[in-house]
Amino acid sequence: MASVALPAPRKTTSRNYLNAATTVKSWLLTTDHKRIAILYLISISVMFVLGGAAAGLIRLQLLTPNNTLLTYDAYNKSFTMHGVIMVFFFLIPSIPAVLGNFILPMQLGAKDLAFPRLNLLSWYVYMVGAIFTLVALLWGGVDTGWTFYTPYSTQYSATAVIPVGLGVFIVGFSSILTGLNFIATIHTMRAPGLTWFRLPLFIWALYATSLVIMLGTPVISITVLMVAIDRILHVGIFDPALGGDPLLFQHLFWFYSHPAVYIMILPTMGVISEIFATFSRKPVFGYPFVAMSSLAIAILGFLVWAHHMFVAGISAQSALIFSFLTYLVAIPSAVKTFNWTATLYKGSISLDTPMIYALSFIGIFLIGGFTGLFLASLGTDIHLTMTYFIVAHFHYIMVGGAIFGFLAGLHYWWPKMTGKMYSEFWGRISSVVIFIGFNMTFFPQFIAGYWGMPRRYHTYAPEYQILNVLSTAGATILAVGYILPVIYLLASLRNGKPAGNNPWGATTLEWQTSSPPPTYNFLKTPIVTDAVYHFHLPAGDIAVDGHGDGQALGPGSAPATPALPAKTTDER
Amino acid sequence: MSAESFWSYLFAKSTTGRQVDILFWTLILVTLAFSIPIVGTLTYFVFKYRRKSPDEVPPQIHGSNLLEITWTGIPLIMALGFFFFSATTYLHMVVPPANAMDIWVIGKQWMWKTQQPDGQWEINELHVPVNTPVRLTMTSQDVIHAFYIPAFRTQWDVLPGRYSTMWFQATEVGTYHLYCSVYCGTEHSEMVGWVTVMDPGDYEKWLAGKAATASAAGQPVQTPAQQGEALFQSNGCATCHVQAGGGIGPSLKGVAGSQVQLEDGSTVTADDTYLRESILQPAAKVVKGYPNVMPSFQGRVTEEQIIALLAYIKSLK
Repeated sequence: MASVALPAPRKTTSRNYLNAATTVKSWLLTTDHKRIAILYLISISVMFVLGGAAAGLIRLQLLTPNNTLLTYDAYNKSFTMHGVIMVFFFLIPSIPAVLGNFILPMQLGAKDLAFPRLNLLSWYVYMVGAIFTLVALLWGGVDTGWTFYTPYSTQYSATAVIPVGLGVFIVGFSSILTGLNFIATIHTMRAPGLTWFRLPLFIWALYATSLVIMLGTPVISITVLMVAIDRILHVGIFDPALGGDPLLFQHLFWFYSHPAVYIMILPTMGVISEIFATFSRKPVFGYPFVAMSSLAIAILGFLVWAHHMFVAGISAQSALIFSFLTYLVAIPSAVKTFNWTATLYKGSISLDTPMIYALSFIGIFLIGGFTGLFLASLGTDIHLTMTYFIVAHFHYIMVGGAIFGFLAGLHYWWPKMTGKMYSEFWGRISSVVIFIGFNMTFFPQFIAGYWGMPRRYHTYAPEYQILNVLSTAGATILAVGYILPVIYLLASLRNGKPAGNNPWGATTLEWQTSSPPPTYNFLKTPIVTDAVYHFHLPAGDIAVDGHGDGQALGPGSAPATPALPAKTTDER
Repeated sequence: MSAESFWSYLFAKSTTGRQVDILFWTLILVTLAFSIPIVGTLTYFVFKYRRKSPDEVPPQIHGSNLLEITWTGIPLIMALGFFFFSATTYLHMVVPPANAMDIWVIGKQWMWKTQQPDGQWEINELHVPVNTPVRLTMTSQDVIHAFYIPAFRTQWDVLPGRYSTMWFQATEVGTYHLYCSVYCGTEHSEMVGWVTVMDPGDYEKWLAGKAATASAAGQPVQTPAQQGEALFQSNGCATCHVQAGGGIGPSLKGVAGSQVQLEDGSTVTADDTYLRESILQPAAKVVKGYPNVMPSFQGRVTEEQIIALLAYIKSLK
């Protein structure tokens, strides 16, 4: 009874969501959340490569203090393109739209999301937004920075502000549709027995994220629309020459764009909770606190936006209030970190690739989080804001947080998504290469920022060169680290060993079905009989098969008797 | 650009900068005091509790309310402490001493113009005496810029259409970087210069020498108030704003800094931003008892001229 040995792969059909239909049309018109997740994975990967190429140009330009590799405008357009693509088209959709889309319904024991066609629509909306933005960027580009600060963006920039703004406007609806779908699904489609406090922490994290998406995204959409109106019609919403207020833009912009950071980091936190539980075979320590801290972050995250504006001209009173609230939002993150650490206590820890990524995440998140305190503190923020210190800080949160979380999750669920195991050796190597490359790229930027190097500088004072050389060298290593997973993950599709249902011995529902899963995920709707993360149960006993749905898949695939749960388990 | 060495840079060159440094290094210590134990504990657990056999089942520990309270409470208390620490530093940084010397700053794509109290302008340079509080009143002619002196650990945004202020008191003679730190367009990275901190004697000599050069070139230096008075006449302001009162517009004597009653019944403090707005958009806030007939001077006076006019209005006591 005490065994959590990998259960023998359940005898399953070879029919799964990947081979159920193979035409291009079957992919482009699919409503299967798993296929849509794959479509998103491909799309955001392409965008990541483009955003990464722009980052490469930036790092090359900064190799020497007075480099002429890029012109002023080419440089300014590069960092704008890097920011716009990475923030709106990679980081925000990364975990929710790929891993969330794939895993959320399965962790709930559901057949799909609540609105499958809306889910497909969200991908098309994403693609329209992406194409809009890319065409505009390539058609001359835009040089405002991803922050579109007025009145530069409304009056002075002679570049393609409106098309890129529309791209951002459009892609916002894709996020909103995904968030709406997730909230509806979590409320209505949990399997029998899957009560709120039995939900995996990844679900709680996505729930909190979806709330932020739904409440925040409309604001950025309206804001870029107002920029366009100001630019075309000279209404004077943000332009002081016409009686407008440029600070109003910053308030509106950060009202979304600060919570957007939580859209990136909350899903990562969910992934980390799943991985820490599975690879230490222990329930996440303080489950309700970890779950509620996600909601606390989502709520407090809406109350701190003006900490981006401490030197922008807000009153001392508001600066003090926003500094105070920013300190508060650090607490739930600290609570999570302590709970993750405690989860490992007396665990049975296995350092597989996802776990190495998850542990790396903790280290990087500590640095990213603590440097956030330097920026929450008014006295130090006045000095450090708008320098490379802030560039380093948000890359530690957004790259270190979101990308490490994404890679951790991708490696964790890859066997489920594809049915194949990747090379563990190369997985570990690449995680270490990325960790080293990442720190070498961004740690020197903290020092450059402390030393006063402003961000978005095309040329710089000679004393900062050594730090920039280190950073560029690190970026090169990081690029290699990013290429490796592409190679060995794709190779695993061909050569990988079959994964089996549950290669990690995990306890959440997605591991109860075959890998890759059948089109409707479960041949029988699972009935949940115990709390999540109970590793003393043989993996098969966390849920039992309900009845019915598997027949939809066609004859011959389902186990013969759809038994209702006969066993009772100890509730706790 | 020339260089500013890291070792010298480690010690801030302004009074508030030193407070920022203390806060900065205290935060570094706190970061280390928390991070090292967390990373140490994680590392220890990872090695101590490595999986020993494939079917190992560890004890299932669910949590501890006592621990949750502890590790919520301690960071919360520390956060509150640091909030007050940093807020104190901040309040020192935002409230300039009353006796501060006044410098005007105009930012424009892509240069800084600074005006000494005697009316002389510099471009991408700022000379100030050491150990003297200096207040900068800044505005932008176009987009948002920010005036950043890393060695003084301070910066502030410079916005079009309003005045922002910052202050510092340099503690050491030397030359320090001046940057624009808010992205402002194509040549943002060229909007840089130097702040030169001098002994008061040297500073006076420098000012006098610069003034002498200007006089020799046929452009004698006038104080901002003198420049403003000339503009007040040449733009016809004096026709309506009769100093003795009784003009079409209100007398401007003593108006700067006073409370002004408006037509809509509200009251406004006549600070720089209000005076500026009254020149450019006179209809925005009409003084009680006067007709709304003043034409807008938007586009007819430069930022430099507005600064001179403000100086003149302030000199009317």
